[in-house]
Amino acid sequence: MLRRKMVDALTSQKGSSSTGEALRVRNVSHSFGDTRALNDVSLDVAPGSFTILLGLNGAGKSTLFSLITRLYDNTSGEIHILGNDVRRRPSAALQRLGVVFQSRTLDSDLTLLQNLTYHAALHGFGRRESKRRAHEALKTVGLDERAKEKVRNLSGGQARRVEIARSMLHDPGLLLLDEPTVGLDIDSRQSVISIVRRLVNEHGIGVLWATHLIDEIDKTDKIIVMHKGRVLYSGSVPGLLEAGQANDPASAFRNLTETTRAEAA
Amino acid sequence: MSIDTMAETSASVPHKPMPSHLTFSGFFACFRGIVWREVLRFLHQRERFLSALVRPLVWLFIFAAGFRQVLGVSIIPPYQTYVLYETYVAPGLLGMILLFNAMQSSLSMVYDRETGAMRTLLVSPYPRWFLLFSKLIGGVSVALLQVYTFLAIAYFWEIQPDAAALPVGLTIGGQFVGFEIPAPYNGYITVLPAIILSGLMLGAFGLFLSSVIRQLENFAGVMNFVIFPMFFASSALYPLWRIRESSPLLYEICRFNPFTHAVELIRFAFYGQLDPTSFYVVAGCTILFLACAIYAYNPSKGLIARRGPGARS
Repeated sequence: MLRRKMVDALTSQKGSSSTGEALRVRNVSHSFGDTRALNDVSLDVAPGSFTILLGLNGAGKSTLFSLITRLYDNTSGEIHILGNDVRRRPSAALQRLGVVFQSRTLDSDLTLLQNLTYHAALHGFGRRESKRRAHEALKTVGLDERAKEKVRNLSGGQARRVEIARSMLHDPGLLLLDEPTVGLDIDSRQSVISIVRRLVNEHGIGVLWATHLIDEIDKTDKIIVMHKGRVLYSGSVPGLLEAGQANDPASAFRNLTETTRAEAA
Repeated sequence: MSIDTMAETSASVPHKPMPSHLTFSGFFACFRGIVWREVLRFLHQRERFLSALVRPLVWLFIFAAGFRQVLGVSIIPPYQTYVLYETYVAPGLLGMILLFNAMQSSLSMVYDRETGAMRTLLVSPYPRWFLLFSKLIGGVSVALLQVYTFLAIAYFWEIQPDAAALPVGLTIGGQFVGFEIPAPYNGYITVLPAIILSGLMLGAFGLFLSSVIRQLENFAGVMNFVIFPMFFASSALYPLWRIRESSPLLYEICRFNPFTHAVELIRFAFYGQLDPTSFYVVAGCTILFLACAIYAYNPSKGLIARRGPGARS
């Protein structure tokens, strides 16, 4: 609700749709030594959209996430989170960003509640407010009754749901998830995906979901295909099928990435 | 900020509006959260607490007892009489606790970085130097728990401070109002700032190391190349004049070892005195190491930026 209003306010005030994007990446390139990890990458994530970043391992997804989360700065191009330049206004940008990292980042010796209140504190919320938000977030992922348990006792899927709850504690406008379903069984995967889709619909946040699992795509999603540090395709699912000249997303993705491989050779 | 004013005016919204900028209370909440997590994690790892305690106690009970007959310590400041070797070595063992704790938390930082816990810390909107500094204070708080537990046990081994009585209060119109901490025990209080400053210095050094170490190597590497040289080439186990007798070069190395000064700062503070040279060296090194660590974690210049994603990504 709040988020929706804020985003609307922002969009109407600036009068241009581009600043209203939850995430806006423009012409970002990044190299480590001689290796070029990202090559002129531009992409958008609209508020209330579920955007899938599709790419094989080594496509540059992790580098892109490191730049958006400001583990290190982009050397060229611009990254905006809800209109805030990540380099020029890092605090404002990071305040509106929620992240679920690929690796497990909860303290397994601490309880769910302790993990979440720690994260709320990192965003500057006082003790009472942190607890309130933690319980609220745990309710949305259906784990509030286990708030006092240690994370150690949770299954992989449950731990992931807690991490999603944690990333939502501070009402972000943009949620990044880096391969969130890797290593989960089918049921857990399904519940993680449906929770995040619900967040998109109910809270109007923009989600960027990085994956190499093509079956996670829904017809209505926006797709970005990355390969070897470049964006090959960006648009709707039907558009992807057309661009890849195929009847299903998997073949379309294969055709797209193989074309570039052939061109490069 | 336009969006937040818009949010605030919509009165029907149940949430508090999101803070539009970083407030002072937010800084405090963030700081408290980080320190609290460090302490909580430490208390939950009972093995770590135990081994942190057993290590200096083994040195005190066994090593020092054996060495007592070999090494006589003459009267050097701050001691006013001949002291037993146990008494001499105790401040060095406090330094050892700080050293191990600092290296352990720096190693956990490398581990954190690989598992991503460090990254969750660094996506906080608060300035990075502030996050790192808070983390450092968290480490020092953990060290303080260890130090005072050790001192409590060592008390019964007759390791006791010896400092002049410390008046706490005000003199109003020639009349002293307040109370006095009785003579030996106030050493436990005067040693506190020395512990904190030394802990900060070693912690900042560890923090810098954590950005340099590429991957989670085992603790043995840090032990061989950092902890042992720092600990043995210092005044922790033997007075420096003893070292000079055997090797003038080693003596010079010890003199330039910041750990020597941390130990001496603690030693003098335990007896209610301030050793100015040690204080300046430790304070200076703290600032230097901290600056290096903050630089290393700087997103645009630092070492982390040059390295790229780790092996896991």
